[in-house]
This record gives sequence, structure tokens and C-alpha cells, in this order.
Amino acid sequence: MPDLGLEVLLKGRNLARLLGGLWVALRISLLSVAISIPAGILLGVVMTWKNPVTQALSRLYLEIIRIMPQLVLLFLVFFGTTRVFGWDLSGELSSVIVFTLWGTAEMGDLVRGALVSIPPHQYESAAALGLTERQTFFCVVLPQTVRRLIPLSINLITRMIKTTSLVLMIGVVEVLKVAQQIIEANRMSSPNAAFGVYLTVFMLYFLACWPISLLARRLEELWR
Amino acid sequence: MTKPLLTVEGLVKRYGEHTVLNGLDLTVREGEVVVIVGPSGCGKSTLLRCINALEPIQSGAVRLEVAPISRESRDLPALRQKVGMVFQSYELFPHLTVLDNVTLAPRKAQKRPRAEAEREALALLERVGLADRARDYPRQLSGGQKQRVAIVRALVMHPQVLLFDEVTAALDPEMVREVLDVLLDLARQGRTMLIVTIEMNFARAVADRVIFLDGGTIVEEAPPEEFFDHPKTPRAQKFLNTFTFDAVKRPHPSSLADPTT
Repeated sequence: MPDLGLEVLLKGRNLARLLGGLWVALRISLLSVAISIPAGILLGVVMTWKNPVTQALSRLYLEIIRIMPQLVLLFLVFFGTTRVFGWDLSGELSSVIVFTLWGTAEMGDLVRGALVSIPPHQYESAAALGLTERQTFFCVVLPQTVRRLIPLSINLITRMIKTTSLVLMIGVVEVLKVAQQIIEANRMSSPNAAFGVYLTVFMLYFLACWPISLLARRLEELWR
Repeated sequence: MTKPLLTVEGLVKRYGEHTVLNGLDLTVREGEVVVIVGPSGCGKSTLLRCINALEPIQSGAVRLEVAPISRESRDLPALRQKVGMVFQSYELFPHLTVLDNVTLAPRKAQKRPRAEAEREALALLERVGLADRARDYPRQLSGGQKQRVAIVRALVMHPQVLLFDEVTAALDPEMVREVLDVLLDLARQGRTMLIVTIEMNFARAVADRVIFLDGGTIVEEAPPEEFFDHPKTPRAQKFLNTFTFDAVKRPHPSSLADPTT
């Protein structure tokens, strides 16, 4: 077996530090998810309105967020606002802001898509039964929308967790940054550590995202 | 003569420049079964949709007894509870079981207790032969079964009048019968019904009165025997002729002497 340099993980508090880094990444992504989902649901409902002003604004927001790479957005919020507005945002707060802006846009578009995918005839047959618009929304449209939405939004959550690896670029010490630090510190004693440590990081991301993927698949089967 | 239950007066429906219904008048009396027939695109489905205010209309009025049914009515949901409607494409709610599909509207719109709604739903499902499918989801049912559930879903609301919009048009031929039998049973119970159909033999059997719709107006109106055996207007004659075929391979009696055969 080749030397993977895994022994560096056992030195000092290295493994604990890696787990701490993973926690930072999860904290950023899960906080952003927790804000993005309700905000995205609201945005998605607004996007289905036939009002041209709300349509143009939400479209503009969505396009800007989608076109801009997340890294540029991170730089813009972390470095840009400091110069222009004099804000002193921490790296972690900047990350949460960016991920929330991104997550809200993506979630909004998913919600919009799920809402418009409910056939008009479902609304009509509910109306013909004498249900009010409110009852139709809550008893007929919303349950079907949520069922379509859950696999898609879980996919978004795992994407958000994975993308937190970018926040090391604005100085947040998350799992990937900790890994780099460990590799740097052991360059002389364990020159092969890069492979083993990055493999460990891969396993950690996998352990964080796999249960979420499993849950998505289960819900999909349950509601097929 | 029983009292008029559903009245349509001077109904005009346009899609842009295209006039679908052009000043249509119609009265359905209590206990009457009226069948609407006509060529495709004559506005028969649109008429049913307008009666239930699913479509905005340009002029005219629809009344259930004395209450106007219109998109402006503040009690439109309450009025629609009294007008049952069954669609061509069933439109069951896919996320609910058969039983929940049937009891959703009684529980939510009529605020009936769940136990009572379920008891009646099961009795009605039994009557259409689907009591054992109550816990299944719509995707597990055949087209004919879905349509029978859709009929039960309308019946459980105790509607005063039932509208059927080509309820067998999307079904495989062998499933048409099971649905039409349910409709015949309802007619026997004396329900007031307005039926749009393309099944002419069924129309003849179930109707008290046949209405032939063409070009957005009622062209002919008669009891079924009279309409199907002796249509008065050329347009109705032409329409009914589209349902008969002449033999093409078997020799006609007149051509028996043909020397080539």
C-alpha cells in the first residue's frame, strides 16, 4: 500500500480541526438554506404573478445571480462593500449573505417551476367542486407543489454545501482551508499527506451530503 | 311540468374575434336529462364551462333557480357546490387517495365531519363498484375507474344539477360502458343532468331531450326518438349521417348481378 500520508491526521488536533472546518462549512450552508427556502418560496410565488413589474424585477434578480460566478459574488460582498460602503463584514457573514442570495434565487425558480407545472385543470376541477381559491391553493396546489419540490430542493442543498469550498478564498477557515493548512505544516515530515488529507475531505463532504441524497430518494419513492 | 332549475339566457362567449356561443337560451327542468350533441368545435364543452362560470362570458346570464352564477358572484364557490361537474380528463387529485379525493370538498367546502363524509363516500363508491379501491391512489386505477371516482366526487356534494363534459371521450372503448352505466343509473334516480356526449346510442337511451348545437346556437331541440329518427334540419341530418357507414366490400343488393363477381 502506498504511503497516503494519513498519519498526519493523527498528529495533534488535526482530525478535530478538520471536523471543525466541516462544521464551519455546514454552518454557512445550513444557515443559508434555512433562510433561502422560505425566501425562495415567497419569491417563487411572486414570480408566478402576472404583474409585469414584479416579473421584470424577479427575472433581473434571478439572471444576475445566476450569471455571476459565486466566487465573484463573494469578492463583491466581502471586499467590494468594505471599500464602497465601509462595511466590515466578517468572511462568514459575507458567505451567508452570498449563499442566501444565490439559494433564494435558485429556490425561487424551482418553486415557480413547480407551481406552473400544476395543470390548469387541477385548479378548474377544484373550483368546480366549490372549493375557494384559498382552499384550492392549500389543499390541492401546495401539496402537489411540495412533492415536486422536495427532490429538487434537496439537490440544491447539497450543491450549496459543496460550493462552500469557495469561501476559503475570502479567508474563512472551513474544511478545505484546514486541509491545506495541515498539508502545508507537514510538507517536510509527510510529503504525501496531500492525497490522504484531501481524500479525507472528500469523505467528509460525502458523509454530509449522502444522507440528504438518501432522504431525497426516499421521499421521491414515497410520493411517486 | 316541474320547475326550471337551470336557466341560460342570451349567452354570448367569444374568444377574441371568434364567437363560440351566440346568444344561447336553454332551460333545464328539475329531474330532466338534457343531452347536447353537435359537431366538434360547436361550443358544447364551452357551454358547460360557462354554466359553471369556469369561462368568463361576454353577455347573457346563467341562473340556478334564481341565483345568478357568474364570475362576479360573491358566493360562487357555494353555488358551484350545487352544480356538479365531471370532466373528460377526470382530473382527480393525484396526491390524494380515492377516498380523500371524494371527501376533500365535503370536508373543506361544506365543513362536513370526516366520518360522515367518508361514510357517504364509501356508500357511493360501493354503488359504482369501487369500494375496494378507496385506499388506492388515482395512478393505480384504469381510466374508467378514475372517471367513476370523478362522478362520485361530484355526487357526494349533493349537487342539484350535474354537468358531464364528454366523460367517455378519453376512455378506451371497453371502459366506456362502465361509465355510461353509472350515468344511466343516475338518470334512473331522477337526477337533473346536462350531458355533452359523442355516444349517440347512449344519448338516445338516456335523454329526455336532445339539443343539437351548431355554430354557437341551438339548431334543433327534440325528444331523442324524434331527433335521431327524423331530424328536421338539414344540418342535424348531415351531422347524424356522419355516424353511419355504408358497406364498401360486401356487394350491395343492386350490384349482385355484376358479371365480374
